[in-house]
Amino acid sequence: MVTSVTNFGRSGAYDWMVQRVSAVVLALYTAFLVGLVLFTPDLTYEVWSALFAKTWVRIFSLLALVALGAHAWIGLWTITTDYIKDGLMRFLSQALCGLVMFIYLIWGVQTLWGL
Amino acid sequence: MLVSVYRYNPESDKAPYMQDVELEIPVGKDLMVLDVLALLKDKDPTLAYRRSCREGVCGSDGMNMNGKNGLACITPMSQVVKDNKLVLRPLPGLPVIRDLVVDMSLFYQQYEKIKPYLQNSSPAPAIERLQSPEDRAKLDGLYECILCACCSTSCPSFWWNPDKFVGPAGLLQAYRFLADSRDTATEDRLAGLDDPFSVFRCRGIMNCVSVCPKGLNPTRAIGHIRNMLLQRAT
Repeated sequence: MVTSVTNFGRSGAYDWMVQRVSAVVLALYTAFLVGLVLFTPDLTYEVWSALFAKTWVRIFSLLALVALGAHAWIGLWTITTDYIKDGLMRFLSQALCGLVMFIYLIWGVQTLWGL
Repeated sequence: MLVSVYRYNPESDKAPYMQDVELEIPVGKDLMVLDVLALLKDKDPTLAYRRSCREGVCGSDGMNMNGKNGLACITPMSQVVKDNKLVLRPLPGLPVIRDLVVDMSLFYQQYEKIKPYLQNSSPAPAIERLQSPEDRAKLDGLYECILCACCSTSCPSFWWNPDKFVGPAGLLQAYRFLADSRDTATEDRLAGLDDPFSVFRCRGIMNCVSVCPKGLNPTRAIGHIRNMLLQRAT
């Protein structure tokens, strides 16, 4: 057993599952957005605004944002542990990734419910 | 034919270099790369490489031939030589001891980690532990590994984390014992693999499958281990 204090969950199986489930959520959300853009003839501010005023769209968007955060954390954690061998540099890079994702999440909540 | 071979003697060389040798190859013969190395050594006896059985059983002469890992003794020139040129390098990712000889310690450490021996907590029977032909068949494609390290040293995940990622060779053997009906240490074995590095650092790029000189499939074995870990966790 190789121990690690910085990965998302405590087990590889857990991280693997989160990565797959978040990928499905992101795929569904992408399909939703692309479908919306393709099949809405007149995509004005009013249409966007009315759509994002609906609670289910906000919940779906927030779900996608949380999924993005978890997905990106696991992916970037993997990349940083592969390529950054200096412990301090790796920790700082991972801390920066975590901070950026946290900012995006809070900012996303503010945007979604501030419309 | 032009043979470009990796040379490094830590006692006399500051850095590794490629030595180009023009070699006369006997006409009408499809030599194995190991035979080419013998011709090279005739010219320059200081060249170092490992070899033993010369028939793909011992796994000593794993090396990188024109960019692809394989066993020199069972790789015919017709299969690897391009534009009348052959580039020979040591297995990538492991420390070089000299020329084509690499230090396999990390590779063996990972192999040791998966406890590559049968563990059974029940008392030993008078004669032997029996296994049905069906259960025995589950070990096919797993037990044949000769530990030549061609797969693990072609795997980027193993290059970056050779101390943490078990690597395709070790994981193939891990599954060989997980799949064995006579082994009772399944839970302990899985517990030792359920971290983000040992198994899950495999990204499924299948370099291991592409280079295995015995035609084995470590990626499939890793998939089986992953499924066992997921089922254990649900």
